[in-house]
Amino acid sequence: MSNENYEPVFDENELKTVQYHISKYPKPMAAVMPVLWMIQNKYGWISTDAMKYVGDLLGLPHDHVLGVATFYTMYFKRPMGKHHLQICTNVSCMLRGGYEIYDHVSGKLGIKNKEVTDDRMFSIEEVECLGSCGTAPMLQVSNREYYENLTIESVDKLLEDLRNK
Amino acid sequence: MEKIILKDIPDLDKIDVYIANGGYTGLKKALTGMTPDQVIDEVKKSGLKGRGGACFSTGMKWSFMPKGNEKPKILCCNGDESEPGSFKDREIFEKNPQQFIEGSLIAAYAMGIGAIYVYIRGEYWKWINIMEEAVAEAYKKGMIGKNIMGTDFSCEMYVHMGAGAYICGEETSLMNSLEGKRGYPRFKPPFPAVNGVWGNPTTINNIETLANVPEIINKGGEWFSKIGDPRQPGTLLFGVSGDVNKPGVYELPTGIPLIELINDHCGGVIGGKEIKMVIPGGSSMPPLNREEALTVRMDNESLKEIGSYIGTAGVIVMAEGTDVVNVIRRVTKFYYHESCGQCTPCREGCGWMLKVLNRIMDGKGRMSDLDLLISIAENIEGNTICALGDAAAWPVKWAVRKFRKDFEAKITDKTIELPVLNKVHGLMKSPDEYDTITLQSEQEVVKELMGNVQELTQSEDVKRFSS
Ligand SMILES: Cc1cc2nc3c(=O)[nH]c(=O)nc-3n(C[C@H](O)[C@H](O)[C@H](O)COP(=O)(O)O)c2cc1C
Ligand code: SF4
Ligand code: FES
Repeated sequence: MSNENYEPVFDENELKTVQYHISKYPKPMAAVMPVLWMIQNKYGWISTDAMKYVGDLLGLPHDHVLGVATFYTMYFKRPMGKHHLQICTNVSCMLRGGYEIYDHVSGKLGIKNKEVTDDRMFSIEEVECLGSCGTAPMLQVSNREYYENLTIESVDKLLEDLRNK
Repeated sequence: MEKIILKDIPDLDKIDVYIANGGYTGLKKALTGMTPDQVIDEVKKSGLKGRGGACFSTGMKWSFMPKGNEKPKILCCNGDESEPGSFKDREIFEKNPQQFIEGSLIAAYAMGIGAIYVYIRGEYWKWINIMEEAVAEAYKKGMIGKNIMGTDFSCEMYVHMGAGAYICGEETSLMNSLEGKRGYPRFKPPFPAVNGVWGNPTTINNIETLANVPEIINKGGEWFSKIGDPRQPGTLLFGVSGDVNKPGVYELPTGIPLIELINDHCGGVIGGKEIKMVIPGGSSMPPLNREEALTVRMDNESLKEIGSYIGTAGVIVMAEGTDVVNVIRRVTKFYYHESCGQCTPCREGCGWMLKVLNRIMDGKGRMSDLDLLISIAENIEGNTICALGDAAAWPVKWAVRKFRKDFEAKITDKTIELPVLNKVHGLMKSPDEYDTITLQSEQEVVKELMGNVQELTQSEDVKRFSS
C-alpha cells in the first residue's frame, strides 16, 4: 500500500504472473485489466507512472492504458483510505435503509463521497448495485469482503473492527 | 418441485460431491453419444431461452455459429450481473459452480469452440476466487483441457475479472472489455457469431442459461420443455428484494403467479402492507402497478402481454408508502452514471431525465414535466447503439404513465418535509412543530429568515442526486 507516488516495479515472480495473463488471451492487449489489478493489489492505487509501466510491459500506447484505467470505476486513480467503504444506495438497498447507512457512516467519519479521513484510515464511496440486493443494505470494503444485512449497530461495530485491524 | 440448478444437496459445490450426484454425465453423454448438431437440436427442443435479460432462444443462438473451423471460435460466459435487483448468478457460483462449467463445456462442444472466457464483475471478488478454484478442480479431473474424457474434444477455460462497469454486461461491450479496451458497445451487425471477440465467431450466454444445459442433455429437451410455462420453459432463479419478509433467491418454475412468489415463498410484504409497485426483472424492466402485480404470471410472454419483460427475474417489491418518484429518480441516476456516453440520446437524455426528476423531487416541478419526461424517454428508446438506452427510458416512461397521480401529487401539493428544509436553510423551527410545510409557507419562512427567496437553491438531497 502506498499513499505517496511510487516507483512501479514487478519482481521476477510478478513478471511471471504477467506472462501467465498474457498467455490466456490471443493478444497481449487483453492482459491489461488483470495487470492493472496486479498493480492496484500491490500499491493500493494506480498512478500515471504505473499506467506507463503497464503500457511498456504489454507493448501498448500509454494513452490506451490510461483510457482503460479511467473507464472502470474499481481502479483507483489516487490513494484511498486504508479501508475503502463502498456503500450501495441503489433501489433495493435504498428501500432497506441504504441511505441511512451511508449518511451515518459519512457523518461519523466526517467525510463525503470519495473523500479520505485525515488519518487515511477510511474513505467512502456511494456505489451502484453490488448484486447483493437480497441481503440489503450492504457495503463492500476495499473491493473485497461484502458486509450484508447492515444495521446502524452492525456498521458501527464494523468501523470499530476495521479501525483496530 | 424438483430444482434444476440450486438442488438441495449439501456441499454440491465440491467437485467430488457433484460427480457423485450425477455430475458430468451430461457432458459424457454429449461427447460420446451425440454429434454437435444433435446437442443443438436437443437444446432447441427444450425451448431454453436466455436468462441474461433478452430471453432469446439458446438453441437458435448456437445454430448461428459457423460450422467450419476457419477461425477459432469462442464462448463468453456472462457473469457481469450488474443489473440492479439481480443477484442470482452469484448463487450459482457459490452453490453449484460445476454444473455451470459442465454446461459451458457442452455448449463449447456443440459449437466447435476451443476457448471459454468467464467474465465476472470485479466486485464479485469472493465468487471470482470460488470460480477460479472450481475451474482448477475441473482441470485436475480432466473435465477441461486436452482430450476431455479421452475424446478428441479439447477446450480451455479462463476466468476474467471485470473492474466495475455495468455496461460490460452488454454482450458487445463485454467483448471489447475482454480484448483489453474500454467497454464501449459495438454496433450490430456484424453479430458476434460472425465477428465477435478478436474478430472470431463468438457466442455469449448468461451463467444461469448455461447451468441449465447439463440436465437438458441428461433428461432430454422434451422433459425440460414441460416444466413451467411452455412458452418459456424451465425454472427461473427469482431474486426477490425490497419490501418482503424473506428476500432471497428462489428457484421456481416459470409462469408462477407473482403474488404466489411474494406471499408463499417470500413471506409476504413487510408489515402486511399492500403492494405499491413491483419491478419484475431488474431495474431496466417497465414497473408493474398493484393491479398488475396481483394477477400477472412470471414468464416473459405473460409479462409482455402487460407491457413488461422477465429480464433477469430480479424482482423488486415496493410496499404502499414507497415514494415512486424517488425510486424512479434513483433508477435514472444509475443509468446516467452507467451510460458509456457514445450515443447522444442516451448520454444527454439520461442527464435530462435526472434533472427533471430532481426538479420534481425538489418541489419545483411543472405539470408539463410529465409529458417532457415521456418525450425524452421516447427519444432515447430505439435510437441508441445498445439497449442501455431503452433500459433507462422504460422505467421512466412507464412509471409516469402508470403512476401519474403520484407524480402529479409531487407537483401540485408542494409539500416538503420540514427535516429537509431544516437541513437546507438551518431553520430554527423544531421538526416537532410541523410534519410538513407547504412551499408557499416555506418561501415565507425563508424570506423572513434570509431576506431573499433566491436563496431557495437546490437542497442537499438533490445535490447528491446530481453528481
Ligand atoms: C446494458 C446491458 C447490461 C447487460 N448486463 C448483463 C449481465 O450483467 N449479465 C448477462 O448475462 N446479460 C446481460 N445483458 C444481456 C447480454 O447483452 C446478453 O443478451 C446475454 O448475456 C446473452 O445471454 P443469454 O442469451 O444466455 O441470456 C445486458 C444487456 C444490456 C443491454
Ligand atoms: S446506448 Fe448508452 S450505454 Fe449503450 S452505447 Fe449508447 S451511450 Fe453507450
Ligand atoms: S441494490 Fe444494493 S446490492 Fe443491489
